[in-house]
Amino acid sequence: MSDYAATVRAQLDPTRILRLLPLGITLAASAFALVWVLFWAPHTNFGPAIDHPDQFFITLLNGIYFAAELFIVASGFALIFGLMRVVNMAHGSFYLLGGFIAYDMQQHMARGGDFFIPSSSINAWEWIVPALVASICIGALGLVVQQVFLRWNLGQDLRQALITIAISVIIADQVITHFHQGLARGLSWPGFIDRFVNLHAFGIQYSLIKLVVTALGVGVGVLLWLWIYRTRTGMIIRAGVDDRQMASALGVNIQKTFAIVFFVGSALAAFGATVVASQGNVATGQDGAWLLNALVVVVVGGMGSIFGAVAGALLYGLVFQFAASYLPTSATEYAVVFTFILLALVLGFRPQGLFGKPG
Amino acid sequence: MTSIWGVATVSEPLLRVEGLNAFYGSAHVLHDVTFEIGREPVAIIGRNGMGKTTLCVTLVGLTPPRASGSVRFLGRELLGRPPYKITQAGVGYVPQGRRLFPSLTVDEHLRMITGSNGGTWTIDRVYELFPRLAERKRHGGAQLSGGEQQMLAIGRALITNPKLLLMDEPSEGLAPTVIEAMVETFKQLAEEGLGILLIEQNLGVATSIADRQLVMVSGEIAAETTGTQLVSDPEAQRRYLGVEPLAN
Repeated sequence: MSDYAATVRAQLDPTRILRLLPLGITLAASAFALVWVLFWAPHTNFGPAIDHPDQFFITLLNGIYFAAELFIVASGFALIFGLMRVVNMAHGSFYLLGGFIAYDMQQHMARGGDFFIPSSSINAWEWIVPALVASICIGALGLVVQQVFLRWNLGQDLRQALITIAISVIIADQVITHFHQGLARGLSWPGFIDRFVNLHAFGIQYSLIKLVVTALGVGVGVLLWLWIYRTRTGMIIRAGVDDRQMASALGVNIQKTFAIVFFVGSALAAFGATVVASQGNVATGQDGAWLLNALVVVVVGGMGSIFGAVAGALLYGLVFQFAASYLPTSATEYAVVFTFILLALVLGFRPQGLFGKPG
Repeated sequence: MTSIWGVATVSEPLLRVEGLNAFYGSAHVLHDVTFEIGREPVAIIGRNGMGKTTLCVTLVGLTPPRASGSVRFLGRELLGRPPYKITQAGVGYVPQGRRLFPSLTVDEHLRMITGSNGGTWTIDRVYELFPRLAERKRHGGAQLSGGEQQMLAIGRALITNPKLLLMDEPSEGLAPTVIEAMVETFKQLAEEGLGILLIEQNLGVATSIADRQLVMVSGEIAAETTGTQLVSDPEAQRRYLGVEPLAN
């Protein structure tokens, strides 16, 4: 009996309670959020999920779709920063420039006059070719930046950060000079996917474009996974990340491999920009926003892991969409705050990120 | 005389190191190191901190910030070339502490290497040499025992089809029975014509693999002796290695 009392006393030890307090508050807050979304949600756009399951599922799909956009842009950053540990603060500018290159290419192909072209007059090639051209141009730009500036500064985080910040400022200014004053421009999706489809669940009609974007995100993820985990180049990349010197002492030209990674990572920034700018637009200022998005995804998910980037993008996308849909109507603009609460929580409980390796 | 390693001349030394100096910052670690080795196994022995590992990484082109002198391998200058070129020229490297890749499985360690290099080593042949590794194909490098890790470190160096195998303390941290098996493997490889440059602190291992022994003291090759001489000279063992003499 006294044993039991001692156990209870130990459990109620003030330092122990203090230590568990943050976890308790987090769990309580999560439970509250869940109850709020499912059963309560007064003064919101749609009301609780139990009354309006269709809106709940649309929010869920929107979250996954947004996660796909985040993942495509952030996957390049996950390769360069997460895997190779090169602090590339120019990823956002690569995104910006890529978006404008894709826009100009589509205007050129579809003979637009710097006006928004309706989807109905765009065919598949008039989207695919701009996306590829932008990706290859930005991939090449990334390669040049890496070869000229970064390969001499391996492992020197501060230098890499300063160099790439300088490059990003230069690119951002050049975009304003040479691309429509950096004003918002949107690409158009090919007409045949610009429609709604019946999902045969809760009577939801959902945008086919968003489903295609989601599929593109999954496709990029699968291809990257196959590349990193199933090919010889992928083995060399992983070996080089573990121990660059030892890999080169096995007859592997690790610089060449890292150059390929930089090309692919930069190209993905431009591809992501093409996708996002086809849904909305590309404009000066988005470089910083998307660098931050990519940073949050990689830090939440954990460095050095493709799964980490997937998990980071999903969490970010879902938290943002649910906050935007289920905050009271007067406060929906605070949705972005919740993504930073997510970041703070992950850093608080798991500083290396969800799938990151410590050290 | 052509061996299976595809090199014809016997007169030309495999490796000729001349006046090699290496510096870490302002610390002068290697002083005019000069030696030559041919096809016979050679061991470099010496105490801790005498510059053995520095010599090793300088030869394969890793880390040292500054090195001067000459390292000629089959008549080609290697000093100052990137490590992958040195490996491709035919120097296989088994580093101190194995340095396996934690993110790769056993099989991936072997598959990531280009192979060929005009030699006969293949993944299958490595698995034949070390059947233990074949059983552990899917395991990660960190899940292996010390002996298995060493097999993998040697196996992946062999896949680069070296003409000279440079090994830095391969016996370190291994059980005596494992070391015995490893020594047999090295002897077998040497008989097949592979040049071996062994860096060791374990005198038993060094003398059973190589007869020719170079002694390194304070960054210099201080003496050259033979295994037979060294084994029978407890005084020299104490002087060069700072260890109690071999009991025999």
